[in-house]
Amino acid sequence: MNAWHNIRAIMKRELGGYFTSPIAYVFLVIFLLLTGFFTFTVGSFFERGEASLVSFFTWHPWLYLFLVPAVGMRLWAEERRLGTMELLLTMPITTWQAIIGKFLASWLFLALALALTFPVVITVNYLGDPDNGVIVAGYVGSLLLAGTYLAISCMTSALTRNQVISFIVSVVIALFLILAGYPPVTDLLTRWANPVIVQIIAAFSVMTHFEGFQRGVVDTRDLVFFASVMGFALFTTGVIIRNQRAG
Amino acid sequence: MISVEHLTKAFGPKLAVNDVSFTVERGEVLGFLGPNGAGKSTTMRMVTGFIPPTSGRITVGGYDALENPLPAKRMIGYLPENAPGYADMTVIGFLNFAAELRGLHGEARKRAVERAIELCFLENVVYQSIDTLSKGYKHRTCLAQSLIHDPPILIMDEPTDGLDPNQKHEVRNLIKRMGRDKAIIFSTHILEEVEAVCSRVIIIDRGRIVANGTPEELKARSEMAGAVHLRVTGVPAAELQEGLKQVKGAARSEILAERDGTVELRVYPDGSGARGSLTRDVAALAAERRWQVAEIHTEEGRLDEVFRAITLPDTVKAAA
Repeated sequence: MNAWHNIRAIMKRELGGYFTSPIAYVFLVIFLLLTGFFTFTVGSFFERGEASLVSFFTWHPWLYLFLVPAVGMRLWAEERRLGTMELLLTMPITTWQAIIGKFLASWLFLALALALTFPVVITVNYLGDPDNGVIVAGYVGSLLLAGTYLAISCMTSALTRNQVISFIVSVVIALFLILAGYPPVTDLLTRWANPVIVQIIAAFSVMTHFEGFQRGVVDTRDLVFFASVMGFALFTTGVIIRNQRAG
Repeated sequence: MISVEHLTKAFGPKLAVNDVSFTVERGEVLGFLGPNGAGKSTTMRMVTGFIPPTSGRITVGGYDALENPLPAKRMIGYLPENAPGYADMTVIGFLNFAAELRGLHGEARKRAVERAIELCFLENVVYQSIDTLSKGYKHRTCLAQSLIHDPPILIMDEPTDGLDPNQKHEVRNLIKRMGRDKAIIFSTHILEEVEAVCSRVIIIDRGRIVANGTPEELKARSEMAGAVHLRVTGVPAAELQEGLKQVKGAARSEILAERDGTVELRVYPDGSGARGSLTRDVAALAAERRWQVAEIHTEEGRLDEVFRAITLPDTVKAAA
C-alpha cells in the first residue's frame, strides 16, 4: 500500500514535469504531425484502398526510434545533473519504487500521445468497415513497443548526466533491435549466415514481435518478449544506479 | 540517536572516509569541520543512506541503517550540499512532493507544508518555480523540504553556504532552536558558526577524525589559550620582554605592535600553571615595576588556529 503511494507520488511529479515545461506539447505536436504524415503520405493510406491501419502502425518502430528516447532521456540524467537524485534516494522509498514510478509516468505520457491519434481510427471507420479487433491489437502492440524503447532509454539515462549521450545510446540500441529483424537486413544476412542463426538474431528484434500485433494476433510469445526486455532494462537501471552510488 | 562505528569508504584505492566513529544524541548539535575533500559530505551521505559504506556500522534511532534503511530514512531530514531542487517545480509543488514521499497525506500534509513555509520564510515565493529563485530562497526551499516531517534527526551539508549575513543568522538561530530537541549534524567551513551553534565539534581531515570535543575544549588546545595580552605605555619593549622572562610559567613573549611609546605584546604560557595564573603573575610584575598597563586580559584560544594546526598537511607545517 505504502509502496503504491510512493510510486504514485513520483509518477505525479514526473508527469507534472512534462507538462510544466514545453517538452510535452512539443512532443505531442511533433508526434501527431509525423504519424499523420507517415500514414497518409508515405504510407499511402488512401491509395491502398483497404479499410485497415497497416500504413499507420508500420511506421511506429521508426517513429519511436527517435521520439521515445527524447521522452526517456531526462528521466535519470536530469536527476543527476540537478543533484536531486541525492534528495530522492534519501527519501524513505526504495530505488525500485523510484524507477517504476518514473517509468510508468513516461509510459503513461506516451500512451496519452498514442491515444490522441484516435482521429485516424474514426477516419478509417468512417471510410470503410475495418476489423476493429486488429486495430486494438495494433494499439496494444504499439504501446508495448513504446514501453520497450522507453525502458531502454531509462537504462541509458541512468548511465550519464548528459541527456544527449543518453539519447544517442538509446537510439543506437533501439536501432539494433529494429534492424535485427528488418527484412532488408535479414535478407542480406541470409546470404552469409546460416538461416537458423539469422532467425535467432531476428528473434531479438522488436520488428519480429510487433508484426503479429499489426495483423491482429496477440501471441503470448510476443507479450513475453516485450515484458522481458522491459524487465531486463529496468532491472539493469537499478543495477546501474546501485553501482553509481557505491562509487 | 545516531551511532556510527568504524565507518570506512573507499573510492578505488583512495580512502575518502577512514575508520570514523561518533555518536550524536538528542539535544546535541554536532558540527563537522574540515578542509574541502576531507570526507565530510561522504560521511553524511553514508549516514543518510545515499551511498553504501565500504565497511562499518550505522545505527539511526535504533535501526541498522544498512540492514533496514527505510525506518532509518524516515527519521532523518537531509539537506544535501548545494541544496538541489527540481528546477521546473514550484516551491509549493516541491514541498507537497516531499511531504507525500514522507507519507503525509490530506490535512496532515497541508499543515506540514504550511509549517515548513513559515519556518523557512518562503511565503513570498510559494508559487514561483525553483529555477527562478535566488540562491538564498533556493537554499531555504531545500531546507524546508528537510524539515517537512519534523524529523528527530537533521543532517545538513553546509546549511549556510551562499546565504547573506542576515539569512546566515536566521538559519543559525533555527538550528540552535531545533537543536534543543533534535539530534543535528551539520558541516561548515565557517568557524564562528561552530562556536555560535554547536554543542560538539568533530574535525575531519583526510578521512579521519582528528579532533572531537566541545568548542571550548578545542579552543583550549590552541597555543594561544591562556596567553596574556598586554598593552603598556612608556616602557621600552626590550625592558618589558626582559622583565617578562622572569615570570614563572611564561614560555615566551611576542611583540604585536609598537607605536607612540605604547607596546602591545602577548605572553605565551608554558603550560605549567593553571588557567589564568599567568595573567595574575604578569599583573603582579607590572605592579611591582610600576608599568602603566592600559590593557591586560587572558586569551581564549582561537578555533581557526587549532583548525589550521590540526588539518594542515605535514609538508606545509614543516615549511612554515
